[in-house]
Amino acid sequence: MDLLDKLAILSDAAKYDAACTSSGARRGFRAGMIGNTSSSIAGCCHSFSADGRCVTLLKVLMSNACVYDCKYCVNRRSNDTRRASFTPRELAELTIGFYRRNYIEGLFLSSGVLRDPDYTTEQMIRALRLLREEYRFNGYIHAKAIPGTSSELIYQLGLLADRLSVNIELPSEDGLRLLAPEKHRADIFRPMLQIRERHAESKAELVKYRHAPRFAPAGQSTQMIVGATGDSDRHILHLTESLYERYRLKRVFFSAYVPVAEHALLPARDTKPPLLREHRLYQADWLLRFYGFRAGELLDEQQPNFDPLLDPKCNWALRHMECFPVEVMTADYEMLLRVPGIGVIGARRIVSARRVSRLSFADLKKMGIVLKRAQFFILCCGKSRDGLRFSASTLLPQLVQIERGELPPEQTRQISLFDAG
Amino acid sequence: MAWEDTVYQYDGSYDGFLCCVYESYLNKEFPIAFYGDEECFSLYPVRSIITAPSHARRVRRSILCRSQAADRLLQRAFLTCMEDKELCLYRFIRKLYAEGAAFLKNQSDPVYYPLVKAVRHLNGELEKLRGFVRFSEYGGILGGEIEPKNRVLPLLRNHFCNRYANETFFLYDKAHRELLLYDKGRSRIFSVDQLHLALPGEEEVQYRRLWKCFYEHIAIQSRFNPRCQNTHMPKRYRGTMTEFLPDEFERDTTAPYTAADAVSPSVPGGRSAPEILPPPAPPAVGSVL
Repeated sequence: MDLLDKLAILSDAAKYDAACTSSGARRGFRAGMIGNTSSSIAGCCHSFSADGRCVTLLKVLMSNACVYDCKYCVNRRSNDTRRASFTPRELAELTIGFYRRNYIEGLFLSSGVLRDPDYTTEQMIRALRLLREEYRFNGYIHAKAIPGTSSELIYQLGLLADRLSVNIELPSEDGLRLLAPEKHRADIFRPMLQIRERHAESKAELVKYRHAPRFAPAGQSTQMIVGATGDSDRHILHLTESLYERYRLKRVFFSAYVPVAEHALLPARDTKPPLLREHRLYQADWLLRFYGFRAGELLDEQQPNFDPLLDPKCNWALRHMECFPVEVMTADYEMLLRVPGIGVIGARRIVSARRVSRLSFADLKKMGIVLKRAQFFILCCGKSRDGLRFSASTLLPQLVQIERGELPPEQTRQISLFDAG
Repeated sequence: MAWEDTVYQYDGSYDGFLCCVYESYLNKEFPIAFYGDEECFSLYPVRSIITAPSHARRVRRSILCRSQAADRLLQRAFLTCMEDKELCLYRFIRKLYAEGAAFLKNQSDPVYYPLVKAVRHLNGELEKLRGFVRFSEYGGILGGEIEPKNRVLPLLRNHFCNRYANETFFLYDKAHRELLLYDKGRSRIFSVDQLHLALPGEEEVQYRRLWKCFYEHIAIQSRFNPRCQNTHMPKRYRGTMTEFLPDEFERDTTAPYTAADAVSPSVPGGRSAPEILPPPAPPAVGSVL
């Protein structure tokens, strides 16, 4: 099998992994090595594929032969698909070749489980070691830690990679038991905990000794599949929040379930992936990480799932109209962040600008505030926007109307079907 | 006291522009238009400014002692493609002299905002191009082309010189006809009238094929979303990106392309590429894009 075929098979097999980021590690160039990782804080997107997702890393599997039989996965044992494996040298040459041409920021290496997790991780370590030590690659590497791997091997892997990730796969233990019987919740959280601790140790050592080994300097992330099981958004969001707090994750990724197999326990083959739901979860994820929201504020028992018609922030604002309108000249930063249409950068600009001048709605627009949303919730120097008309009962339809224009046409169609049903 | 309206002609460099500021205060003239190297016809009096490094330094120091942020902003804004760039910058400097740096806190300030907007556009383009630049290997040397709206090459310089510190590479800005050369820790930018890239070699073609294969396979069909793709990667960038070049681009057969080039208006017969390029091959890039 030639390299082109292998690459086709192994990138096809890896594409359902959501993580494709190169952020978090800052490492300048070193003499005699190829590349660096310090392009910018937010990482660097090298292309965008036809599905609109960014291509930052060479995302491939080491091998798509897998001894597990997870029902939702394309690489499951029982699936009749072509199998291939990279040799460490092929992988290293491919990475270097792509990196030098500025196609990629680095390598994302995952693998199907060959024989057992330890053996698979050993193979991955061999490939990464070749890349780092013989080919002198200094760029970004994201490696998957496979649940069930021994802690010594995970440590080795973390010394070679910038970021590690352990996939949670499904948001609940029940789902895992049903769909991925070989994987256990405890096996998933054990390496996560270990990575967190090793990462903290390494950071503490680096303070004392400049040349202490760096363990996964860009931290760890995880991902879970949304829509394969019956878990509510509220459950997923609470899980996300606890992952950020307990395991100090950098990111939690959600991946809308794309039906790849016919199975009694899974949604039917012709179901569309729940993209809008994934989108809402990411919006909420941002609110958790940058806007100071708590999962409990966004969803509760009465409303366990996000409204497809309205984004989570508007939704929260509508249910807390007693906090609004806020006066932009005096409101504190935390409150500004909670106004729909004002983001982190916008709020900072307001706080800075109002010290030197009185702000008008036109000024806010220049600062990048999304006025069509924010206008309902703010006052400028005690006045609301000229010509703005709304009441408590018309606000919801007005906001829904704005939101409708933002969504891709296919998804609004999805919504109108909802409405009819 | 009224300042006289004058048209300024300068050499198009940032130092030259700072000298215009110097002269305007010296002669009590208000520049109502700036001309670079091109001919200028005007009914207003025209003053040619000769770039004097000492004058430029003096103006720069005066800006720096009011605000370092303003200095950085001005340098970036000078590279943007904003309309009446020099006038906007000039107004900004006047306001800075008159009022001090406090107005920099307010991005909606009428004099400050045009610069902010232009620099935001520049930064966006810069951020995208860091990822979207594509290099090809020509006998051990990496080479690439870009076609940006703003003059981003001086700002990309740092990024790529760090990333490819141990390589030799060149990057050509087709829109502004500037070439960045880097070799062994030293980099230079200079103007080049014309640059033809050679046809790729065997190994290069293979890597392009591999990259296209990867690019096609990494997309999930059922999530197909061209609108999102276009937002993040506007079509104007795609002309120089490997994954969007048609397959014929890599064919070794030269016959159809030399013919096409001869009539193509986009490839005027100009100077050939700098000496670092491999042996002459028929021009390929200009005709296909």
